[in-house]
Amino acid sequence: MKRRGPGRRRWLLLWLLPLLASVVQGGDSHSQAGLVRVGSKSFAESYLLAELAAQLLESEGFAVQRKTGLGGTLIAYQALQQGAIDLYPEYTGTLSRVILKQPALAGGPLEAALAQRRLQVVAPLGFNNGYALVVPERLARELSLEEISDLASYPDLRAGFSLEFLNREDGWPALQAYYGLPQVASGIEHALAYPALDSGSLDVSDAYTTDGQLETFSLRLLEDDRQFFPAYDAVLLARTDLPPRAGRALSRLDGVIDDATMRRLNRRVSEEKLGPARVAAEFLEARGLPGDASDARASKAAGPSGHILRNTLTHLKLTGIALGLACLVALPAALLLYRRPRVARVLLYATGLVQTVPSLALLALLIPLVGLGQVPAVIALFLYSLLPVVRNTLAGLFGVDPLLKQVATGMGLTPFQQLRRVELPLAMPMILAGIRTAAVISIGTATLAAFVGAGGLGEPIITGLTLNDHRLILAGAVPAALLAVAAELAFEALERLLIPRHLSA
Amino acid sequence: MSVLRLESVSKRFGNVVAVSDVTLEFAPRQVTALIGRSGCGKSTVLRLLNGLEQPGRGHVNLFGAPMDYDALPRLRRRIGYAVQGTGLFPHLSVRDNIVLLAQLEKWPEAEIEQRLEQLMTLMDIPLALQSRYPHELSGGQQQRVGLCRAMMLRPEVLLLDEPFAAIDPLTRLDIQRQMLELHRVEPVTTVLVTHDMGEALLLADHIVVMRDGAVVRCEQTSNLRRKFPDAEPNSLLLSLMAGERQ
Repeated sequence: MKRRGPGRRRWLLLWLLPLLASVVQGGDSHSQAGLVRVGSKSFAESYLLAELAAQLLESEGFAVQRKTGLGGTLIAYQALQQGAIDLYPEYTGTLSRVILKQPALAGGPLEAALAQRRLQVVAPLGFNNGYALVVPERLARELSLEEISDLASYPDLRAGFSLEFLNREDGWPALQAYYGLPQVASGIEHALAYPALDSGSLDVSDAYTTDGQLETFSLRLLEDDRQFFPAYDAVLLARTDLPPRAGRALSRLDGVIDDATMRRLNRRVSEEKLGPARVAAEFLEARGLPGDASDARASKAAGPSGHILRNTLTHLKLTGIALGLACLVALPAALLLYRRPRVARVLLYATGLVQTVPSLALLALLIPLVGLGQVPAVIALFLYSLLPVVRNTLAGLFGVDPLLKQVATGMGLTPFQQLRRVELPLAMPMILAGIRTAAVISIGTATLAAFVGAGGLGEPIITGLTLNDHRLILAGAVPAALLAVAAELAFEALERLLIPRHLSA
Repeated sequence: MSVLRLESVSKRFGNVVAVSDVTLEFAPRQVTALIGRSGCGKSTVLRLLNGLEQPGRGHVNLFGAPMDYDALPRLRRRIGYAVQGTGLFPHLSVRDNIVLLAQLEKWPEAEIEQRLEQLMTLMDIPLALQSRYPHELSGGQQQRVGLCRAMMLRPEVLLLDEPFAAIDPLTRLDIQRQMLELHRVEPVTTVLVTHDMGEALLLADHIVVMRDGAVVRCEQTSNLRRKFPDAEPNSLLLSLMAGERQ
């Protein structure tokens, strides 16, 4: 006999329990003595500055946990406030404009506003990573362009700006009015702007003052002679409960990096692909600061590519738990809703609404509630998995031939027996397809979990993207793709097991 | 005491009157055919008998008591039910379709096996077919399996809703004969809804003719045969339907 009892299905759910236990244990260990958690956002400069801080602290005997690659200002700042990290590199312009929303704030008042939030600047690093205008060195010499004001005399210069700069309130429109610039600007993807300048098809573009590529392409930064651009001075932003000894150690980074040095360091990381740990170690050594220059350590810290297996397991764990929980909630929910189609519709809309929340926004919303790490990642993946499972289960149940339902009722099956013996087995192909969709979506979405420090295959992908390291990107992307394929195959096998062949979709 | 009885039963769906003041007593252990045009209310009568519909007015009496609509699953286990298009569950094998109810009733395995073989033999289904899925059978075989399923629990009442309508005439004749044989061996109170007068004359002891939701004629088949020995079935039905409402 080929029938499969429900007992087998119950076993399938049981394998999730150990995974559940492990995620609970794997939660954030809260600040134990001597442990400092250093965060960074997901771009190369931020990685590098975090690495500088981390190595300096390690040389002072602190245990350091690196939570690099957090997905943007909002997430990094939330994590700091929440106590999931103790410090991360930030910029004064971002602090005043984006976080405190008081653009004029600087100096003493800024420090006071931070203190109110139990935050402090432990080390102004000495450079400014702000917007700037660049022209090719050749052209600059030819026309003696030194300052932004100089552009006013050359209305025929072709200006092309990144879309963000072109449209930001404090970008091109304001700059143009402020300096009275005559040029007509067009939009250009930032990555293409430098080659365009280099080849002579573009004359002026926007840049970040510490961009390592400025050196590669021999471009001149025009001085902001009338101080239009706000200062984006780099600082290490820390909680006030950072151990004073750690604060003192970090203050040795005070003012040690100027714009040109930062450009050079960024170039070492992004263009020469040396890895932030190694570049940081070399810098500290060259400055006579205590760091850890040993190649073994540096390469270990730099190379998440060595951890494909660990990342894959983490990835599997995150998606597995989220999917398991989603099934545990969505299947019973769908069965309850099946008898109440009107409530079902309302709830479907609600789960659909969750689906429209961008994943980074959802993660940012979750951090104040549950902190950083795997918990918010699992919750987000769980929420995203609900819809396909609930929707397909309901569609499957509603799609069962009415004649069969009538016969089942007419021959004396109780509502429960109808569900278990007739409706669920017939809806099973749809239900499995829903779980399968949820699984594949989860595996893809889980790469974003790295933005909240949850690890997984997103870690090498995001690090690789920010450090411009293709090997790292592949070390995450290839296993993720293979996982998705493996999930498809696993579900095909499961379908063969649970569904007679003539009924499979 | 009657097994199956409708008392002044009416049923409407919105503004459409499906069944209008029908009183009927079904003869125990005999076959009664409900016949008439499509939409005459005969199928609704059948669905009233197993509680798939509840009467708007009047009463349904089952097994000597007014039907208890809170105990329907229990009552329906004592009523076999087979429909046109078979209603076999596509995810269950032939065997599992037939024995489903017996398993739910927790019959001993040996008894299940014995009853299964008995029914399949009676209905002339090769035992080798029991592991097949319904879609692997011919229409006639599927219909036989549907009858076996309806008879599995040795019901006291058997309700058949145009069970042979979609089957080719020769096969239909075979199944009708097997049906007669089954009823000879296990004579249960049977209600057969059909639009085929030939079938009604062949299978039924009583023929109830319906028109526009009402019963227009109620005759013993033997009487009809005696009164109209040479009548062609369809003309006979037409002349019966033309009669006044009783």
